[in-house]
Amino acid sequence: MTCQQLVELVTAYFDDALDQAAREDFDRHVALCPGCLAYLEQMRTTIRLSHDLDTLERQPDVTALLSEFRDWQRTSSG
Amino acid sequence: MSEPTLAPTGADPDAELLVRLRGGDEAAFLALVHKYGPVMQRVALTYVRTPAVAEEVVQDAWVGMLKALDRFEGRSTLRTWLLRILSNRAQTRGALEARSVPFSSLTDDDDEPSVETERFQGPDGRFPGGWAAFPTSWESLPEERMLARETLVQVDTAIRGLPGRQQQVIVLRDVAGWSADEVCDALSLTPENQRVLLHRARSRVRASLEHYLEAA
Repeated sequence: MTCQQLVELVTAYFDDALDQAAREDFDRHVALCPGCLAYLEQMRTTIRLSHDLDTLERQPDVTALLSEFRDWQRTSSG
Repeated sequence: MSEPTLAPTGADPDAELLVRLRGGDEAAFLALVHKYGPVMQRVALTYVRTPAVAEEVVQDAWVGMLKALDRFEGRSTLRTWLLRILSNRAQTRGALEARSVPFSSLTDDDDEPSVETERFQGPDGRFPGGWAAFPTSWESLPEERMLARETLVQVDTAIRGLPGRQQQVIVLRDVAGWSADEVCDALSLTPENQRVLLHRARSRVRASLEHYLEAA
């Protein structure tokens, strides 16, 4: 497995979707290759930062939704 | 709208809220709105042109969910069902906006390499297909750089710039943290397709982050 091939398999690796031979190949390569180790770390950091985006989210305005909910409540219980 | 037939593994994380919602509990409804509103807004924006229209679509999806709640049988999780209602409405609305080229069809190129070809040694190199120069370890960057709001804004911008399908998948998988099964279910994708889209999306966001972090 070359570095160029490895970078295409990172998501499959993280999702445990590689067959056993490919997985072993991948692990062996990363153990010996500082470039791919750094790349793998960068991908992990990217995923972590994406997950942190919820700190930027603006909470929705619920005023209109609440009145819709109350309408629904009335009709569904009536 | 009909429920997906593919049941995701594991229990519904919103099972308790669902029971309360069915009992007409307003707090349960608000909890769901706070939990999934932001993600729905992001997904809606991949189909329509403006945040205001996306907001309307999201609102419309919540109302649609309430009206269809009687018919929800729990063959999928509540949130994947909700997402399907949303995508459906957003798609319809996007089509009505009558754009000549919808966002979501722009440059969804499956053959695009994860890392630019020039970053690797050619066939005449010492190690063909090996790195020409190793990527930098981000561990060596100052920690405050990685934690800075500006870095997150960079990630946000990169994600919002992705083609629609890639964006929907990365938002659900990485931003919201849903499982691969749920994402396949919510967006009607095969596992293979889901993985390709996610990989393209992550690779692009990583590249944009690299560009940002390593610019002097």
